[in-house]
Amino acid sequence: MMAITTDQQTVDLREPGGWRRTKNQLATVGMWVAFVVMLVPLGFVLVTVVSKGASAISWQFLTNGTLPVNVLPVNYGGMGAAVLGTLEITGFAALMAIPLGVLGGIYINEYGGNHVLARVINFFADVMTGVPSIIMGLFIFTIWVLHFGYSGLAGSFALGCLMLPIVIRSTYEMLKLVPDSLREASYALGATKSRVTVTVTLPAAIGGIVSGSLLAVARAAGETAPLLFTILTVTSTNTNLFSGANTALSAQIFANATQPYTGAQARAWGAALTLIAIAFILMIVARLVTARFARYSE
Amino acid sequence: MEQEEQKVTSKLQVPETTAKPAEAFGTPADTIFDAKNVSIYYGSFRAVTDVSLSIYPNEITAFIGPSGCGKTTVLRTLNRMNDLIASARVEGDVHYRGASLYAKNVSATAVRRRIGMVFQKPNPFPKSIYENVAYGPRINGIRGKHRLDEIVERSLRQAALWDEVKDRMNKSGLGLSGGQAQRLCIARTLAVEPDVVLMDEPCSALDPIATGRIEDLMQEIKSQYTIVIVTHNMQQATRVSDRTAFFSVLRDEKPGKSDTRTGVLVEYGATQQIFEDPHDSRTQAYVTGRMG
Repeated sequence: MMAITTDQQTVDLREPGGWRRTKNQLATVGMWVAFVVMLVPLGFVLVTVVSKGASAISWQFLTNGTLPVNVLPVNYGGMGAAVLGTLEITGFAALMAIPLGVLGGIYINEYGGNHVLARVINFFADVMTGVPSIIMGLFIFTIWVLHFGYSGLAGSFALGCLMLPIVIRSTYEMLKLVPDSLREASYALGATKSRVTVTVTLPAAIGGIVSGSLLAVARAAGETAPLLFTILTVTSTNTNLFSGANTALSAQIFANATQPYTGAQARAWGAALTLIAIAFILMIVARLVTARFARYSE
Repeated sequence: MEQEEQKVTSKLQVPETTAKPAEAFGTPADTIFDAKNVSIYYGSFRAVTDVSLSIYPNEITAFIGPSGCGKTTVLRTLNRMNDLIASARVEGDVHYRGASLYAKNVSATAVRRRIGMVFQKPNPFPKSIYENVAYGPRINGIRGKHRLDEIVERSLRQAALWDEVKDRMNKSGLGLSGGQAQRLCIARTLAVEPDVVLMDEPCSALDPIATGRIEDLMQEIKSQYTIVIVTHNMQQATRVSDRTAFFSVLRDEKPGKSDTRTGVLVEYGATQQIFEDPHDSRTQAYVTGRMG
């Protein structure tokens, strides 16, 4: 200990006591509680699905293209048809909805300005985000399935309708965050509006747009209700997306979980775990892609 | 009627100046810009009223004046950056090398390819240092790694940044310090070999050493470019500029009008004359520090 003796009074730099300190402690405790409360359902879902579904997972379960009758135990047949269906249907929905949504977002933020059309699109994208997914299924059922029959394509349309507003909104929000000073810098070098958008604005926002889009994909991959009216869940592989009834993981979870047989229920848990794993892989890809695009942002 | 006026003035081949520079300081025959009775509006607000001035080649022209006097607005009129603000409107006539900048068939893009701009806050793209400088040449159609390499090196050397960044060309442009980032923005502007470089308070975010570097740089590149600089710093204007335009705020106290402030050009002349022998009392008050 070094003691310096001066007449000067030492300054008290400790945190002031009283109500201010109490508020700080209350807020900190509040945040921790919220964090834990948020973790409980998340952890519960994960633990349940993994513990009940892990035993069902095998190479055969993931690849065998024929779903057995419900009474058979889980080691017969597999979910291959549903895995393929989910990948096909969601993939094609993404192929339609992401380019359209990104272009829509670009239009609203970069080109629309205060134009009536831009405001109308913006408004309806908001409204569409809140439309229940089952309505999307019914909508496609009415305008497509009634005329052309059940098919994976109809499912893709329904999922695409669900994804579209999410992609539009996230693209729009991300583009809004790009500072105008970057656009001005590009304009000042003699760039046209399209050049500015393609070479400066989009690259600056691409990380967020990719995450937003993949989030939309992950959400659509888990949707069941819109598929019920559009793909008519079947039990065998249909590689043709464009004709004939199809199947998907989410639809199989519903179909199997509502059965009284333990084999079917185990298949439902296995399908649930597979679906979560697919969403998880998508999220990791999203992170990697975002990091790759953001490598110059600091 | 205004259309007709514009036609008549665009036919004039001989550049005319209304604001006469000091006679001791020779007035070059050629002009780069000729602004005549320019008023600029944002919506119904008239930000700048009736500005007429000429800008001469290979000179540094400084715009000084208190905040809100419209000097930046006038600067942004010279390369049509104000087009980006939906409510902005320009009245009057701005000629650039004999061509009317605001004629109907003039493309703002073509204008900005010749008249570059450096902004108040350094705004490098979130790309590598190399890509920042190569961006302009690329969008103007220059391909080929060898040529781009050459342009990037030349521009960075001109901007006195080459030695500091030559070993980290692939690092992000956002990782540079404020002064380096601003020199990168200058290099980026020079890479497209503009005719004119407009600078909007380029040193206001920089420390004195970085400011000194950029001022030296301006002197070095002056022989190849025409520079117009907006500055809040009067010492900077006296250090770097050949001519100075002093803008001020005119308050028109008419009843029933909400906002009657408007920017006006008070005096324009050789920098030495403006600071040592101002003709207008408002200029004198400003440069001696009694106002603004």
